[in-house]
Amino acid sequence: MSKRDIRIVELPEVTVRIAGDSGDGMQLTGSQFTSTTALVGNDLSTLPDFPAEIRAPAGTTYGVSAFQIRFASSDILTPGDESDALVAMNPAALKTNLARLRKGGILIVNEDAFSERDLQLAGYRSNPLEDGSLAEYELYRVPVTRLTEEALKELNLPFKIVERSKNMFALGLLLWLYDRPMDHTVRWLEQRFAKQPDVLEANLRALRAGYHYGDTVEAFTTRFRIGPAKLPPGTYRNITGNQATALGLVAASYRAGLELFYGSYPITPASDILHELARYKNFRIFTFQAEDEIAAVTAVIGAAYGGKLAVTGTSGPGLALKTEAIGLGVMLELPFVVLDIQRAGPSTGMPTKTEQADLLQAMFGRNGEAPVPIVAPATPGECFWMVLEACRIALTYMTPVLYLSDGYLANGSEPWRIPEPEELPDLRPRFAQEPNRDGRFLPYVRDPKTLARPWALPGTPGLMHRIGGLEKQHETGNVSYDPDNHDFMVRLRAEKIERIAESIPPAELEGDPDASLLVLGWGSTYGAIKTAVERLRQRGYKLAQVHLRYLNPFPQNLGEILQRFGRIIVPEINLGQLVRLIRDRYLVPAEGYNRVRGLPFTASELEAKLLEALTQGNGSPGGRNIHG
Amino acid sequence: MAEELKATRPSFKPALSKAVTPPTAKPEQASPSYTWKDFQSDQDVRWCPGCGDYAILKAVQRALAEIGRPPHEHVFVSGIGCSSRFPYYVSTYGLHTIHGRATAVATGLKVMRPELAVWVITGDGDGLSIGGNHMLHILRRNVDVQILLFNNQIYGLTKGQFSPTSEFGKITKSSPYGSADWPVNPAAFALGAGASFIARGMDRDPNHLVGVIRRAYEHRGAAFVEIYQNCNVFNDGAFFVFTEKDTKPQAALFVEHGKPMVFGANRDKGIRLDGLKPVVVDLSTGQWSVDDLLVHDETDETIAFILTRMFDDPKHLELPRPFGVLYAVRRPTFEEVLREQVERTIEAKGPGDLRALLFSGETWTVV
Repeated sequence: MSKRDIRIVELPEVTVRIAGDSGDGMQLTGSQFTSTTALVGNDLSTLPDFPAEIRAPAGTTYGVSAFQIRFASSDILTPGDESDALVAMNPAALKTNLARLRKGGILIVNEDAFSERDLQLAGYRSNPLEDGSLAEYELYRVPVTRLTEEALKELNLPFKIVERSKNMFALGLLLWLYDRPMDHTVRWLEQRFAKQPDVLEANLRALRAGYHYGDTVEAFTTRFRIGPAKLPPGTYRNITGNQATALGLVAASYRAGLELFYGSYPITPASDILHELARYKNFRIFTFQAEDEIAAVTAVIGAAYGGKLAVTGTSGPGLALKTEAIGLGVMLELPFVVLDIQRAGPSTGMPTKTEQADLLQAMFGRNGEAPVPIVAPATPGECFWMVLEACRIALTYMTPVLYLSDGYLANGSEPWRIPEPEELPDLRPRFAQEPNRDGRFLPYVRDPKTLARPWALPGTPGLMHRIGGLEKQHETGNVSYDPDNHDFMVRLRAEKIERIAESIPPAELEGDPDASLLVLGWGSTYGAIKTAVERLRQRGYKLAQVHLRYLNPFPQNLGEILQRFGRIIVPEINLGQLVRLIRDRYLVPAEGYNRVRGLPFTASELEAKLLEALTQGNGSPGGRNIHG
Repeated sequence: MAEELKATRPSFKPALSKAVTPPTAKPEQASPSYTWKDFQSDQDVRWCPGCGDYAILKAVQRALAEIGRPPHEHVFVSGIGCSSRFPYYVSTYGLHTIHGRATAVATGLKVMRPELAVWVITGDGDGLSIGGNHMLHILRRNVDVQILLFNNQIYGLTKGQFSPTSEFGKITKSSPYGSADWPVNPAAFALGAGASFIARGMDRDPNHLVGVIRRAYEHRGAAFVEIYQNCNVFNDGAFFVFTEKDTKPQAALFVEHGKPMVFGANRDKGIRLDGLKPVVVDLSTGQWSVDDLLVHDETDETIAFILTRMFDDPKHLELPRPFGVLYAVRRPTFEEVLREQVERTIEAKGPGDLRALLFSGETWTVV
């Protein structure tokens, strides 16, 4: 098409960040770029980064919405630290995102949005496009607004539609720059705006205008090509953690042969799971938007008592409200799953930002001795598998189970190998059918192996029983205040949770088994830790990594692994929660590395920290926290 | 109309019950007849001697026997409080949950197991204070459960603090200078919440109470039954004006659908409407006859509003306090609507295909 000579450079990987006003459609642009990137076969990882305000005043720094994607021709695990290219739709976006662009990186700005007022709103004293402050970057000043208006001129559309189409111009330009086809986005737009031909036409024109702009404008002399990644054979789709969690629940319901009841109260970032599940009614899925968090979890207890697969989902502050009911679940010994999509706290905290700081709440946040198993996925795709595990544990051991995802996993995405339904575990429960003791039914007679009590459904003749939150006599379940019985029952319930360790996979040691430094992590930090560890190993250092998906109980071999290492570093996006549990349980001198900025770790910061530990000499400082 | 209302609980359609019958359910035996003792559990009842709860328990057991469904098809769900020990004492399925949340637990259970008879046992503190929010929502959603709210106008289990139904100025341990809280009127609350069934009964008139409970069971939708219950330890005699022989005829108005509102020791008083204002008229002077009286219509929301608002201070009653079914209308239940959405979606899209769902959207294959 182009008559110019445009160089095409092959790259192994690229990180692109687009940022604009929260009304500019940046998340949409990012996710569309992501879909296309997935379809051309790259491995990828994304990081949406948006404000809590629905639509903050235009042009302000607190209204900036950004989306970062890293894509590669090899296996990657994080959305990248610094970006190679940044699209800034206005000065506020430039101001808040420039620090994450590497020196020498490509910087595309919408120069039309750099008016005096825009600059002032963003807090610039002088225009950065003019004052030389961007000299270290490869700056492209693109009149995005004007070019979009031009492209749509003859459609005579209202200004609002024209204004809203400029994100498609930016997307077109990015697709051109990274040599990706437009057809996928075209199909998507045709579907989305099938009923609004005007808007469809506007978006298509803007998209094409952006693409051809790259082709024709002399400024751009290079395009980049990133070849497909070699992933294990299979059929893939791009999936976010919340989508994977929702699909995992549908799959669990199917494999358990039980209708799913999902009770939830809207809260960021868990709401998408409710939205997703609400669409799957033909899978016999019942979603219940409760009046509050307490109603959500207690309705779930009612559904579990009724013999269904019962799940509630929330985020940190919502988990706090659910704690009393989870304690009731511990006493009733009914199976249900509590999803906590962690966000930055405490209290309302930073709702759209990520954190891993609910671990101790999950572990201990109830009155009395009320142990609950805890699982945590490490990547968006793993959310599917770990929620199935949460359901398996709940149904096998008759207990509430806590599942800890977080904002980063919830909204981040990666290519996911789709399993065949028959690859999934069989979760069919066995319901009590008949009396279990001398012609009577005792609700707390236990399975000798799992210590689970029988699940007897109301409506079953002959199995009538009454249970509640009051302490119960061993086996009969009758209310009991006998001191020895209480001591016995408390220990018995704890023992039941401990026994879950017999059914979970052992902790897996990655890296060098003979290293002296072990990095221990959990949840969404996996990608950053793994990347940092691998980079250091490639530089010749020896180190090993263990990533926990099971936090209560811990895998049976964990203690033995920990004993082998002279030094254990536990990076967490909190002030040291797993590290406390580890030190307490195994009496090893584990050290925390803690950052609580509402953002995932970058591989580089971890790499630097671990390098420091590796080169500090042999004297292990032991037992102290490294706060940042 | 009354006939029609009573017939509002047909059994579930086969298509629905097939989908929701637990795998363990066995086909029903030829319907046996039950006595109240069939609903007595093996647990010792541990309420204070003389507590009104005993009479209510017995009335419920009698109503259950009359209803005639086998005990295993009933579930009693309760919160916390004296009344909430109730499930332990009936030989049905039972769930004693946490404070104020029985209504929410019952919602989850009923949605997923609509073929069960789900009863909520709660008190004035449990159901209207800590659980007021959930009470509002179960009523507006019209979940098909029977809510029996034992009102004794006091916190019994925590030993005598004022409750949300205690009268203004009530002196208790936590309100030595008199409570500053204006009391909630439970029936008016229920009507405001959009309840489809509202009734009032009393522990000291068990025959009437059995009838009210049966009507609550027959109603399809959330049935809110307020039951006056005497706490002889912390609030003795709170309702005596309505329940004791010498004052009851003047103070209590027993309403019946289709019948004029007559009361009084010699059935010589009635309620007449003056505009929308209910007034007591004397039938013995010849000035007014029964034909001038307001005729109760359970389906009339305006009458329900008038009846629930007849809530004078019992110390100087101008109007009697109404008992019986104050309001009953048929409205789709929450679980009916949800179940219907599911069935309709299956009809339209076919049953969910997990493989198709997992492989949906844009996919690509790596070989």
